[in-house]
Amino acid sequence: MIKIENLHKRFKKLQALNNVNVEFSKGQVVSLIGPNGSGKTTLIKSILGLVKPDNGQVLFNGISVDKDIDYRKHIGYMPQIGRYPDNTKIGQIFDMIRNLRGKDTKVDEELFYRFKLDTMLDKSMKSLSGGTRQKVSAALAFLFDADVLILDEPTAGLDPVASEILKEKIIAEKAKGKLILITSHILSDLEELTTHVLYLQDGKVVFNKSMLELYEMTGEDKLSRAIAAVMRNEIKEKDVAYLRIAK
Amino acid sequence: MLKLSKYVLYDILRNRVLIAYTAFLLVVSFALFQMEENSSKAVLSLLNIVLIVIPLVSMVFSTIHWYNSYEFIELMLTQPVSRKKVLLSEFAGIGSSLVTAYLVGVGIPVIIYHFDSTGIALLLVGSLLTLAFTAIAFFASIKSRDKARGIGVALLLWFYFALIFDGLLLLVLFAFSDYPLEKFMVTFSSFNPIDLGRIYLMLQMDVSALMGYTGATFKEFFGSGIGLLYTLAIMLAWIVVPLLFALRSFNKKDL
Repeated sequence: MIKIENLHKRFKKLQALNNVNVEFSKGQVVSLIGPNGSGKTTLIKSILGLVKPDNGQVLFNGISVDKDIDYRKHIGYMPQIGRYPDNTKIGQIFDMIRNLRGKDTKVDEELFYRFKLDTMLDKSMKSLSGGTRQKVSAALAFLFDADVLILDEPTAGLDPVASEILKEKIIAEKAKGKLILITSHILSDLEELTTHVLYLQDGKVVFNKSMLELYEMTGEDKLSRAIAAVMRNEIKEKDVAYLRIAK
Repeated sequence: MLKLSKYVLYDILRNRVLIAYTAFLLVVSFALFQMEENSSKAVLSLLNIVLIVIPLVSMVFSTIHWYNSYEFIELMLTQPVSRKKVLLSEFAGIGSSLVTAYLVGVGIPVIIYHFDSTGIALLLVGSLLTLAFTAIAFFASIKSRDKARGIGVALLLWFYFALIFDGLLLLVLFAFSDYPLEKFMVTFSSFNPIDLGRIYLMLQMDVSALMGYTGATFKEFFGSGIGLLYTLAIMLAWIVVPLLFALRSFNKKDL
Protein backbone atom coordinates (compact mmCIF):
# COMPACT_ATOMS: atom_id res chain seq x y z
CA MET A 1 0.00 0.00 0.00
CA ILE A 2 2.73 2.40 0.97
CA LYS A 3 6.11 2.11 -0.64
CA ILE A 4 9.00 4.31 0.34
CA GLU A 5 11.88 4.43 -2.10
CA ASN A 6 15.31 5.89 -1.47
CA LEU A 7 14.00 8.57 0.81
CA HIS A 8 16.47 11.25 1.88
CA LYS A 9 15.79 14.33 3.93
CA ARG A 10 18.22 16.74 5.45
CA PHE A 11 17.43 19.59 7.81
CA LYS A 12 20.43 21.94 7.71
CA LYS A 13 23.12 19.80 9.34
CA LEU A 14 20.96 16.87 10.36
CA GLN A 15 20.36 13.99 7.98
CA ALA A 16 16.92 13.05 9.25
CA LEU A 17 16.24 10.33 6.70
CA ASN A 18 19.06 8.47 5.03
CA ASN A 19 18.14 6.21 2.15
CA VAL A 20 15.02 4.73 3.65
CA ASN A 21 13.47 1.88 1.69
CA VAL A 22 10.45 0.19 3.18
CA GLU A 23 7.13 -1.19 2.16
CA PHE A 24 3.95 -1.48 4.20
CA SER A 25 1.02 -3.70 3.26
CA LYS A 26 -2.58 -4.12 4.28
CA GLY A 27 -3.27 -5.95 7.48
CA GLN A 28 0.01 -4.98 9.07
CA VAL A 29 0.37 -3.13 12.32
CA VAL A 30 3.82 -1.63 12.09
CA SER A 31 5.52 -0.31 15.19
CA LEU A 32 7.87 2.48 14.31
CA ILE A 33 10.49 2.43 17.02
CA GLY A 34 13.78 4.18 17.54
CA PRO A 35 15.62 6.54 19.82
CA ASN A 36 14.66 10.21 19.91
CA GLY A 37 15.74 11.96 16.75
CA SER A 38 15.91 8.78 14.70
CA GLY A 39 13.61 10.06 11.99
CA LYS A 40 10.29 8.46 12.95
CA THR A 41 8.25 11.65 12.84
CA THR A 42 10.03 12.83 9.68
CA LEU A 43 9.12 9.56 8.02
CA ILE A 44 5.48 9.92 9.00
CA LYS A 45 5.42 13.52 7.85
CA SER A 46 6.89 12.49 4.50
CA ILE A 47 4.07 10.01 4.03
CA LEU A 48 1.53 12.68 4.88
CA GLY A 49 3.07 15.25 2.57
CA LEU A 50 3.98 17.64 5.36
CA VAL A 51 7.67 17.26 4.60
CA LYS A 52 9.03 17.35 1.08
CA PRO A 53 11.94 14.92 0.60
CA ASP A 54 15.26 15.90 -0.96
CA ASN A 55 15.48 12.63 -2.84
CA GLY A 56 13.37 9.57 -3.40
CA GLN A 57 9.64 9.23 -3.24
CA VAL A 58 6.70 7.93 -1.30
CA LEU A 59 4.16 5.91 -3.24
CA PHE A 60 0.64 5.37 -2.03
CA ASN A 61 -0.97 2.54 -3.98
CA GLY A 62 1.54 3.17 -6.70
CA ILE A 63 1.00 6.92 -7.04
CA SER A 64 3.51 9.43 -5.72
CA VAL A 65 2.14 11.45 -2.82
CA ASP A 66 3.42 14.56 -4.49
CA LYS A 67 1.11 14.21 -7.44
CA ASP A 68 -2.31 14.32 -5.89
CA ILE A 69 -3.76 15.05 -2.48
CA ASP A 70 -6.65 12.62 -2.74
CA TYR A 71 -4.68 9.77 -1.26
CA ARG A 72 -5.13 11.41 2.11
CA LYS A 73 -8.77 10.39 2.00
CA HIS A 74 -7.53 6.95 2.86
CA ILE A 75 -5.44 8.03 5.80
CA GLY A 76 -6.49 8.76 9.36
CA TYR A 77 -3.76 10.62 11.28
CA MET A 78 -3.44 11.19 14.98
CA PRO A 79 -0.70 13.69 15.82
CA GLN A 80 1.42 13.48 18.92
CA ILE A 81 0.19 16.79 20.28
CA GLY A 82 -3.04 17.97 18.74
CA ARG A 83 -3.50 21.72 18.63
CA TYR A 84 -6.71 23.32 17.56
CA PRO A 85 -8.02 26.89 17.23
CA ASP A 86 -8.68 28.16 20.75
CA ASN A 87 -12.11 29.60 20.23
CA THR A 88 -13.58 26.72 18.27
CA LYS A 89 -15.81 24.18 19.99
CA ILE A 90 -15.46 20.42 19.79
CA GLY A 91 -18.68 20.09 17.82
CA GLN A 92 -17.47 22.64 15.29
CA ILE A 93 -14.17 20.85 14.77
CA PHE A 94 -15.98 17.64 13.92
CA ASP A 95 -18.41 19.44 11.64
CA MET A 96 -15.59 21.20 9.88
CA ILE A 97 -13.58 18.08 9.19
CA ARG A 98 -16.69 16.20 8.14
CA ASN A 99 -17.51 19.03 5.72
CA LEU A 100 -14.00 18.94 4.40
CA ARG A 101 -14.17 15.23 3.69
CA GLY A 102 -17.57 15.39 2.09
CA LYS A 103 -20.92 15.10 3.75
CA ASP A 104 -21.71 11.69 2.33
CA THR A 105 -18.56 9.97 3.52
CA LYS A 106 -19.43 7.20 5.90
CA VAL A 107 -18.38 7.77 9.49
CA ASP A 108 -17.18 5.59 12.29
CA GLU A 109 -18.18 7.30 15.49
CA GLU A 110 -17.31 4.56 17.93
CA LEU A 111 -14.44 6.41 19.57
CA PHE A 112 -16.41 9.63 19.48
CA TYR A 113 -19.07 8.09 21.69
CA ARG A 114 -16.85 5.88 23.79
CA PHE A 115 -14.71 8.90 24.72
CA LYS A 116 -17.93 10.70 25.60
CA LEU A 117 -17.14 13.57 23.23
CA ASP A 118 -20.84 13.89 22.43
CA THR A 119 -21.35 15.27 25.93
CA MET A 120 -18.73 17.97 25.36
CA LEU A 121 -19.75 19.40 22.02
CA ASP A 122 -19.99 22.94 23.34
CA LYS A 123 -16.65 23.06 25.07
CA SER A 124 -14.08 25.32 23.44
CA MET A 125 -10.78 23.72 22.54
CA LYS A 126 -8.75 25.95 24.81
CA SER A 127 -10.68 24.80 27.84
CA LEU A 128 -9.77 21.17 27.30
CA SER A 129 -7.04 19.28 29.11
CA GLY A 130 -4.22 17.77 27.08
CA GLY A 131 -5.64 14.29 27.46
CA THR A 132 -9.09 15.30 26.28
CA ARG A 133 -7.54 16.96 23.27
CA GLN A 134 -5.81 13.68 22.52
CA LYS A 135 -9.19 11.98 22.64
CA VAL A 136 -10.45 14.45 20.04
CA SER A 137 -7.42 13.71 17.87
CA ALA A 138 -8.02 9.97 18.22
CA ALA A 139 -11.71 10.22 17.40
CA LEU A 140 -10.89 12.31 14.33
CA ALA A 141 -8.27 9.87 13.12
CA PHE A 142 -10.70 6.94 13.21
CA LEU A 143 -13.71 8.92 12.10
CA PHE A 144 -13.61 8.14 8.41
CA ASP A 145 -12.93 4.43 8.56
CA ALA A 146 -9.73 5.06 6.62
CA ASP A 147 -7.73 2.18 5.17
CA VAL A 148 -4.52 3.47 6.67
CA LEU A 149 -4.10 4.73 10.22
CA ILE A 150 -1.03 6.66 11.26
CA LEU A 151 -0.82 7.18 15.01
CA ASP A 152 2.00 9.20 16.54
CA GLU A 153 2.36 8.34 20.25
CA PRO A 154 -1.36 7.59 20.52
CA THR A 155 -1.53 6.46 24.13
CA ALA A 156 0.76 9.11 25.60
CA GLY A 157 -1.42 11.48 27.59
CA LEU A 158 -4.48 9.25 27.71
CA ASP A 159 -5.75 8.01 31.03
CA PRO A 160 -5.67 4.18 31.54
CA VAL A 161 -9.34 3.73 30.66
CA ALA A 162 -9.05 5.77 27.46
CA SER A 163 -5.82 3.99 26.63
CA GLU A 164 -7.57 0.64 26.79
CA ILE A 165 -10.46 1.87 24.68
CA LEU A 166 -8.03 3.07 22.05
CA LYS A 167 -6.09 -0.17 22.05
CA GLU A 168 -9.30 -2.16 21.64
CA LYS A 169 -10.19 0.04 18.70
CA ILE A 170 -6.80 -0.53 17.10
CA ILE A 171 -7.20 -4.27 17.48
CA ALA A 172 -10.67 -4.08 15.92
CA GLU A 173 -9.37 -2.10 12.95
CA LYS A 174 -6.48 -4.53 12.61
CA ALA A 175 -9.03 -7.35 12.29
CA LYS A 176 -10.60 -5.44 9.39
CA GLY A 177 -7.31 -5.73 7.55
CA LYS A 178 -6.17 -2.16 7.74
CA LEU A 179 -2.63 -0.88 7.65
CA ILE A 180 -1.72 0.76 10.94
CA LEU A 181 1.50 2.63 11.64
CA ILE A 182 2.21 3.43 15.28
CA THR A 183 5.11 5.26 16.81
CA SER A 184 5.48 4.79 20.53
CA HIS A 185 8.04 4.53 23.25
CA ILE A 186 5.66 2.51 25.40
CA LEU A 187 6.65 -0.92 24.14
CA SER A 188 4.28 -2.74 26.48
CA ASP A 189 1.34 -1.05 24.78
CA LEU A 190 2.63 -2.02 21.37
CA GLU A 191 3.10 -5.64 22.47
CA GLU A 192 -0.53 -6.62 22.08
CA LEU A 193 -1.07 -4.77 18.86
CA THR A 194 1.88 -5.02 16.57
CA THR A 195 2.68 -7.43 13.77
CA HIS A 196 5.83 -5.80 12.43
CA VAL A 197 8.60 -3.68 13.80
CA LEU A 198 10.47 -0.99 11.90
CA TYR A 199 13.48 0.18 13.85
CA LEU A 200 15.09 3.45 12.86
CA GLN A 201 18.30 5.01 14.03
CA ASP A 202 19.98 8.15 12.73
CA GLY A 203 17.59 8.22 9.82
CA LYS A 204 18.47 4.73 8.66
CA VAL A 205 16.45 1.56 8.75
CA VAL A 206 18.12 -0.76 11.21
CA PHE A 207 15.66 -3.56 10.68
CA ASN A 208 12.18 -4.12 9.38
CA LYS A 209 10.87 -7.47 10.55
CA SER A 210 7.75 -9.25 11.59
CA MET A 211 7.30 -9.96 15.28
CA LEU A 212 7.86 -13.66 14.77
CA GLU A 213 11.15 -13.05 13.02
CA LEU A 214 12.20 -10.65 15.73
CA TYR A 215 11.44 -13.10 18.50
CA GLU A 216 13.20 -15.90 16.66
CA MET A 217 16.21 -13.71 16.00
CA THR A 218 16.63 -12.64 19.60
CA GLY A 219 15.20 -15.63 21.39
CA GLU A 220 12.94 -13.34 23.45
CA ASP A 221 9.17 -13.38 23.72
CA LYS A 222 8.49 -9.85 24.92
CA LEU A 223 8.87 -6.86 22.66
CA SER A 224 10.77 -4.73 25.14
CA ARG A 225 13.28 -7.52 25.77
CA ALA A 226 13.63 -8.26 22.09
CA ILE A 227 14.34 -4.63 21.27
CA ALA A 228 16.79 -4.39 24.14
CA ALA A 229 18.56 -7.48 22.82
CA VAL A 230 18.85 -5.94 19.38
CA MET A 231 20.17 -2.71 20.79
CA ARG A 232 22.75 -4.59 22.86
CA ASN A 233 23.91 -6.60 19.87
CA GLU A 234 24.30 -3.42 18.03
CA ILE A 235 26.76 -2.13 20.48
CA LYS A 236 28.93 -5.15 19.73
CA GLU A 237 28.58 -4.97 15.96
CA LYS A 238 29.87 -1.90 14.25
CA ASP A 239 27.93 -2.52 11.09
CA VAL A 240 24.23 -1.87 10.90
CA ALA A 241 22.18 -4.39 8.97
CA TYR A 242 19.65 -3.19 6.40
CA LEU A 243 16.88 -5.62 5.80
CA ARG A 244 13.93 -5.57 3.52
CA ILE A 245 10.67 -7.10 4.48
CA ALA A 246 10.12 -10.39 2.66
CA LYS A 247 6.70 -10.69 1.15
CA MET B 1 -12.70 26.44 0.54
CA LEU B 2 -15.50 28.66 1.69
CA LYS B 3 -16.14 26.26 4.54
CA LEU B 4 -12.58 26.59 5.78
CA SER B 5 -12.66 30.38 5.49
CA LYS B 6 -15.88 30.43 7.44
CA TYR B 7 -14.25 28.60 10.31
CA VAL B 8 -11.16 30.76 10.29
CA LEU B 9 -13.36 33.84 10.24
CA TYR B 10 -15.45 32.60 13.14
CA ASP B 11 -12.38 31.90 15.18
CA ILE B 12 -11.03 35.37 14.60
CA LEU B 13 -14.19 37.38 15.06
CA ARG B 14 -14.37 36.10 18.59
CA ASN B 15 -10.89 37.36 19.13
CA ARG B 16 -10.76 40.14 21.66
CA VAL B 17 -7.92 41.92 19.95
CA LEU B 18 -9.99 42.37 16.84
CA ILE B 19 -12.87 43.75 18.84
CA ALA B 20 -10.48 46.15 20.57
CA TYR B 21 -9.11 47.23 17.18
CA THR B 22 -12.61 47.96 15.91
CA ALA B 23 -13.44 49.87 19.08
CA PHE B 24 -10.22 51.87 18.77
CA LEU B 25 -11.02 52.85 15.20
CA LEU B 26 -14.57 53.77 16.14
CA VAL B 27 -13.47 55.96 19.03
CA VAL B 28 -10.75 57.72 17.03
CA SER B 29 -12.98 58.32 14.02
CA PHE B 30 -15.88 59.62 16.05
CA ALA B 31 -13.57 61.84 18.08
CA LEU B 32 -12.06 63.37 14.96
CA PHE B 33 -15.43 64.07 13.42
CA GLN B 34 -16.74 65.61 16.62
CA MET B 35 -13.70 67.85 17.11
CA GLU B 36 -13.54 69.23 13.59
CA GLU B 37 -16.42 71.32 12.34
CA ASN B 38 -15.23 70.86 8.81
CA SER B 39 -15.68 67.18 8.13
CA SER B 40 -13.19 67.31 5.24
CA LYS B 41 -10.44 68.26 7.64
CA ALA B 42 -11.45 65.38 9.85
CA VAL B 43 -11.20 63.00 6.92
CA LEU B 44 -7.72 64.27 6.21
CA SER B 45 -6.61 63.69 9.80
CA LEU B 46 -8.30 60.33 9.79
CA LEU B 47 -6.48 59.44 6.59
CA ASN B 48 -3.11 60.06 8.16
CA ILE B 49 -3.97 57.96 11.18
CA VAL B 50 -5.37 55.18 9.04
CA LEU B 51 -2.27 55.12 6.85
CA ILE B 52 -0.07 54.48 9.87
CA VAL B 53 -2.31 52.18 11.88
CA ILE B 54 -3.73 49.85 9.23
CA PRO B 55 -0.45 48.51 7.87
CA LEU B 56 0.86 47.97 11.38
CA VAL B 57 -2.18 46.22 12.76
CA SER B 58 -2.78 44.17 9.62
CA MET B 59 0.74 42.87 9.55
CA VAL B 60 1.16 42.16 13.24
CA PHE B 61 -2.26 40.56 13.62
CA SER B 62 -1.83 38.37 10.53
CA THR B 63 1.63 37.31 11.58
CA ILE B 64 0.58 36.38 15.10
CA HIS B 65 -2.51 34.58 13.90
CA TRP B 66 -0.48 32.62 11.38
CA TYR B 67 1.98 31.37 13.95
CA ASN B 68 -0.78 30.57 16.42
CA SER B 69 -2.63 28.56 13.78
CA TYR B 70 0.44 26.67 12.71
CA GLU B 71 -0.47 23.30 14.22
CA PHE B 72 -4.03 23.65 13.05
CA ILE B 73 -2.78 24.30 9.53
CA GLU B 74 -0.65 21.19 9.88
CA LEU B 75 -3.75 19.22 10.83
CA MET B 76 -5.63 20.59 7.84
CA LEU B 77 -2.84 19.52 5.55
CA THR B 78 -3.16 15.91 6.72
CA GLN B 79 -6.67 15.97 5.30
CA PRO B 80 -7.35 15.68 1.57
CA VAL B 81 -7.03 19.45 1.04
CA SER B 82 -4.44 21.16 -1.10
CA ARG B 83 -1.93 23.60 0.34
CA LYS B 84 -3.26 26.28 -1.94
CA LYS B 85 -6.76 25.93 -0.50
CA VAL B 86 -5.50 26.06 3.06
CA LEU B 87 -3.41 29.17 2.47
CA LEU B 88 -6.11 31.02 0.59
CA SER B 89 -8.70 30.12 3.21
CA GLU B 90 -6.50 31.50 5.96
CA PHE B 91 -5.92 34.65 3.94
CA ALA B 92 -9.60 35.04 3.21
CA GLY B 93 -10.50 34.53 6.85
CA ILE B 94 -7.92 36.94 8.28
CA GLY B 95 -8.29 39.48 5.50
CA SER B 96 -12.05 39.63 5.67
CA SER B 97 -12.10 39.98 9.44
CA LEU B 98 -9.58 42.84 9.34
CA VAL B 99 -11.49 44.58 6.57
CA THR B 100 -14.72 44.11 8.48
CA ALA B 101 -13.15 45.69 11.55
CA TYR B 102 -12.00 48.61 9.44
CA LEU B 103 -15.33 49.09 7.68
CA VAL B 104 -17.16 49.05 10.98
CA GLY B 105 -14.64 51.12 12.93
CA VAL B 106 -14.05 53.81 10.31
CA GLY B 107 -16.92 53.18 7.95
CA ILE B 108 -19.75 53.90 10.34
CA PRO B 109 -18.48 57.34 11.38
CA VAL B 110 -17.67 58.18 7.75
CA ILE B 111 -21.14 57.19 6.62
CA ILE B 112 -22.67 59.34 9.31
CA TYR B 113 -20.52 62.45 8.92
CA HIS B 114 -18.97 62.59 5.48
CA PHE B 115 -20.53 60.20 3.04
CA ASP B 116 -19.37 61.40 -0.37
CA SER B 117 -16.85 60.26 -2.93
CA THR B 118 -13.99 61.13 -0.61
CA GLY B 119 -15.46 59.10 2.21
CA ILE B 120 -15.99 56.13 -0.06
CA ALA B 121 -12.46 56.51 -1.39
CA LEU B 122 -11.14 56.44 2.16
CA LEU B 123 -12.98 53.22 2.88
CA LEU B 124 -11.82 51.68 -0.35
CA VAL B 125 -8.19 52.63 0.09
CA GLY B 126 -8.20 51.44 3.70
CA SER B 127 -9.67 48.07 2.77
CA LEU B 128 -7.21 47.50 -0.06
CA LEU B 129 -4.34 48.54 2.16
CA THR B 130 -5.50 46.07 4.82
CA LEU B 131 -5.47 43.23 2.32
CA ALA B 132 -2.15 44.27 0.81
CA PHE B 133 -0.38 44.27 4.14
CA THR B 134 -2.05 41.03 5.18
CA ALA B 135 -0.61 39.47 2.01
CA ILE B 136 2.83 40.88 2.72
CA ALA B 137 2.63 39.57 6.28
CA PHE B 138 1.70 36.12 4.99
CA PHE B 139 4.76 36.05 2.79
CA ALA B 140 7.01 37.14 5.63
CA SER B 141 5.49 34.60 8.07
CA ILE B 142 5.82 31.69 5.70
CA LYS B 143 9.43 32.52 5.04
CA SER B 144 10.35 32.78 8.72
CA ARG B 145 10.15 29.60 10.71
CA ASP B 146 10.39 31.31 14.01
CA LYS B 147 7.62 33.46 15.51
CA ALA B 148 9.89 36.12 16.98
CA ARG B 149 11.71 36.53 13.70
CA GLY B 150 8.45 36.69 11.78
CA ILE B 151 7.09 39.47 13.97
CA GLY B 152 10.42 41.27 13.75
CA VAL B 153 10.31 41.14 9.96
CA ALA B 154 6.72 42.38 9.99
CA LEU B 155 7.64 45.34 12.17
CA LEU B 156 10.67 46.18 10.04
CA LEU B 157 8.58 46.07 6.90
CA TRP B 158 6.03 48.39 8.46
CA PHE B 159 8.79 50.76 9.46
CA TYR B 160 10.12 50.70 5.91
CA PHE B 161 6.79 51.31 4.21
CA ALA B 162 5.47 53.84 6.68
CA LEU B 163 8.57 55.88 7.34
CA ILE B 164 11.82 54.98 5.58
CA PHE B 165 10.36 54.94 2.11
CA ASP B 166 9.10 58.51 2.47
CA GLY B 167 12.44 59.58 3.84
CA LEU B 168 14.16 58.17 0.77
CA LEU B 169 11.63 59.82 -1.47
CA LEU B 170 12.25 63.21 0.11
CA LEU B 171 15.98 62.67 -0.29
CA VAL B 172 15.59 61.99 -3.98
CA LEU B 173 13.30 64.96 -4.44
CA PHE B 174 15.72 67.22 -2.68
CA ALA B 175 18.72 65.98 -4.62
CA PHE B 176 16.99 66.36 -7.94
CA SER B 177 14.98 69.43 -7.09
CA ASP B 178 16.04 71.17 -10.28
CA TYR B 179 14.44 68.59 -12.51
CA PRO B 180 10.79 68.02 -13.33
CA LEU B 181 9.89 64.93 -11.38
CA GLU B 182 6.15 64.58 -11.58
CA LYS B 183 5.98 61.44 -13.68
CA PHE B 184 8.81 59.93 -11.71
CA MET B 185 6.95 60.69 -8.49
CA VAL B 186 3.88 58.85 -9.65
CA THR B 187 5.89 55.80 -10.63
CA PHE B 188 7.97 55.90 -7.50
CA SER B 189 5.00 56.10 -5.19
CA SER B 190 3.54 52.98 -6.79
CA PHE B 191 6.26 51.10 -4.99
CA ASN B 192 4.61 51.92 -1.72
CA PRO B 193 0.91 51.21 -1.37
CA ILE B 194 0.68 53.62 1.54
CA ASP B 195 1.96 56.54 -0.50
CA LEU B 196 -0.20 55.62 -3.43
CA GLY B 197 -3.24 55.51 -1.21
CA ARG B 198 -2.35 58.83 0.36
CA ILE B 199 -1.82 60.62 -2.95
CA TYR B 200 -4.99 59.25 -4.43
CA LEU B 201 -7.08 60.24 -1.48
CA MET B 202 -5.59 63.68 -1.04
CA LEU B 203 -6.29 64.46 -4.64
CA GLN B 204 -9.92 63.59 -4.12
CA MET B 205 -10.04 66.41 -1.63
CA ASP B 206 -9.61 70.10 -2.22
CA VAL B 207 -6.33 70.29 -0.35
CA SER B 208 -4.48 69.37 -3.50
CA ALA B 209 -4.72 72.96 -4.58
CA LEU B 210 -2.20 73.74 -1.87
CA MET B 211 0.40 71.55 -3.50
CA GLY B 212 1.11 73.98 -6.31
CA TYR B 213 2.28 72.91 -9.71
CA THR B 214 3.05 69.37 -8.64
CA GLY B 215 -0.40 69.17 -7.17
CA ALA B 216 -1.96 70.30 -10.39
CA THR B 217 -0.11 67.70 -12.43
CA PHE B 218 -1.05 65.01 -10.00
CA LYS B 219 -4.63 66.13 -9.94
CA GLU B 220 -4.73 65.88 -13.67
CA PHE B 221 -3.65 62.27 -13.52
CA PHE B 222 -5.17 60.99 -10.32
CA GLY B 223 -8.33 63.02 -10.43
CA SER B 224 -9.35 61.35 -13.62
CA GLY B 225 -10.83 57.94 -14.20
CA ILE B 226 -7.46 56.64 -15.35
CA GLY B 227 -6.01 57.61 -12.02
CA LEU B 228 -8.61 55.57 -10.20
CA LEU B 229 -8.03 52.55 -12.40
CA TYR B 230 -4.29 52.89 -12.01
CA THR B 231 -4.54 53.09 -8.23
CA LEU B 232 -6.86 50.11 -8.10
CA ALA B 233 -4.61 48.09 -10.37
CA ILE B 234 -1.45 48.77 -8.40
CA MET B 235 -3.18 48.12 -5.09
CA LEU B 236 -4.50 44.83 -6.41
CA ALA B 237 -0.99 44.00 -7.55
CA TRP B 238 0.21 44.68 -4.02
CA ILE B 239 -2.30 42.12 -2.79
CA VAL B 240 -1.88 39.48 -5.47
CA VAL B 241 1.89 39.47 -5.97
CA PRO B 242 2.90 38.91 -2.32
CA LEU B 243 0.18 36.29 -2.09
CA LEU B 244 1.57 34.45 -5.10
CA PHE B 245 5.04 34.51 -3.63
CA ALA B 246 3.60 33.27 -0.35
CA LEU B 247 1.84 30.43 -2.12
CA ARG B 248 4.93 29.37 -3.96
CA SER B 249 6.94 29.37 -0.76
CA PHE B 250 4.22 27.49 1.10
CA ASN B 251 4.05 24.74 -1.50
CA LYS B 252 7.70 23.94 -1.00
CA LYS B 253 7.79 24.33 2.75
CA ASP B 254 8.42 21.55 5.27
CA LEU B 255 5.98 21.66 8.13
